[in-house]
Amino acid sequence: MQRIYMDHAATTPTDPRVVEAMMPYFTEFFGNPSSIHGFGRAARKALEDARAVIAQELGAEPAGVIITSGGSEADNLAIKGVAAALREKGRHIITSSVEHHAVLDSCKYLEKQGFDVTYLPVDANGRVQVEDVQNALRDETILVTIMHANNEVGTIQPIKEISEVVKARSKALFHTDAVQTVGAIPVHLDELGVDLLSLSAHKFYGPKGVGALIIRKGVRLESLIHGGAQERNRRAGTENLPGVVGMAKALELANAELPEARPRITRLRDHLIQSVLNGFDHVRLNGHPTERLPGNANFSFEYIEGESLLLNLDLQGIAASSGSACTSGSLDPSHVLLAMGLCHATAHGSLRLSLGKGTTEEEVETVLKVLPGIVEKLRAMSPLYDHVRKECLTCTRTK
Amino acid sequence: MYSDKVMDHFQNPRNVGEIPDADGVGEVGNAVCGDIMRIYLKVNDNRIEDIKFKTFGCGAAIATSSMVTEMVKGKTLEEAMAVTNKAVAEALDGLPPVKMHCSNLAADALHKAIQDYRDRHAG
Repeated sequence: MQRIYMDHAATTPTDPRVVEAMMPYFTEFFGNPSSIHGFGRAARKALEDARAVIAQELGAEPAGVIITSGGSEADNLAIKGVAAALREKGRHIITSSVEHHAVLDSCKYLEKQGFDVTYLPVDANGRVQVEDVQNALRDETILVTIMHANNEVGTIQPIKEISEVVKARSKALFHTDAVQTVGAIPVHLDELGVDLLSLSAHKFYGPKGVGALIIRKGVRLESLIHGGAQERNRRAGTENLPGVVGMAKALELANAELPEARPRITRLRDHLIQSVLNGFDHVRLNGHPTERLPGNANFSFEYIEGESLLLNLDLQGIAASSGSACTSGSLDPSHVLLAMGLCHATAHGSLRLSLGKGTTEEEVETVLKVLPGIVEKLRAMSPLYDHVRKECLTCTRTK
Repeated sequence: MYSDKVMDHFQNPRNVGEIPDADGVGEVGNAVCGDIMRIYLKVNDNRIEDIKFKTFGCGAAIATSSMVTEMVKGKTLEEAMAVTNKAVAEALDGLPPVKMHCSNLAADALHKAIQDYRDRHAG
């Protein structure tokens, strides 16, 4: 059976060129970058070279690249680290209701510590409104954290516009979770106008277990992990050198290949979206029609449930993802889809197909060939399909 | 995460459909939690002569619906009333813990359908 991977938003395969770049740092240059001897110095050089590449690719200072274990730690460090450093200046944070849980749960944690958090709504396409940010800003706002693009529905947020408002109207720092965008669309600290930016290597064909928080000069934050002077006292622990080397190589490759990959993947995505919207009744595209990640297609197939859809696709060799409660380990379906105004039943029936560098036209055609039979089978089994149309279609309302 | 039996019932669900002139119908669940199960019964001489289901839900919801219909077809109403959600899960070689409370409602739907039949034939 042909196996088709359409879950690149979850993770990507490590590029063989990245693996090759990493290999010497497991066995040959295995030294601890903090050691004073030759082994340590060689490791230190490789670490700083990699850091310089990462900084260069994102328009940052090398000193502003803090290596972390991944995107979640970077988000935690940005939010909790800034909150701890600036708590005497104010205790108000602004975020959106569609953030990744690494951001949302960090904010919830801070609420328990006495911080006040504003969770901004989004429109039906999943976009934050710039004027909502403006209206939420207060004298005591210390941090605004809005993701660059949403991991579920792919909507790209107007980060530059939000940044302009934040900078013009407040002293707050601006953080963006760019985990889904780095390597997929151009990401540059100055062009986005952000002070802090999170990324994760395994989303752009790098290794798992490594990421970074990029900070602008002058940004103060408290360390979350204590026990060493690594990363300029901002993150203790021996550096994951093979991982960092891999992340730098992956970022370099992703950005170099972006001008070719982005339009190609976008074309495949648009073909997939148009074919699904034309080929099915009672289906909707979730997320912004144009301001979306090149590889993201997210649909709601009404009257069917996402996990059943995923299991059936998996039985046919197709790997996808869903915002269904059953796939999230909780009883509620995706907070992102609910925030966009979808009703529960429709949110339960979402399907995310995320395309990547390796996705071919043939694979897209195979998915398009397989989907109708699965949707038909599940709808034939669904008690919602015969009579609850009124309940489900009402939720395509716009907010 | 699912047993082979669950996957078998999920892929080849038994007794899917409706009975237009059913003697009893039972429905449980709601769209908010993501599972809705409806069971149709044809009863003859206190026995379940025919049983069909329709389910909106995850793999566990579909498999438990299918399994419960197979377990009680041909059984007396009393025997069917004695079938529990737990027994259905056991017959499927178990369900993942997270599914036990949300998607394991097929016996409840069956019991509701039997109650519906009894209400219709009361007195």
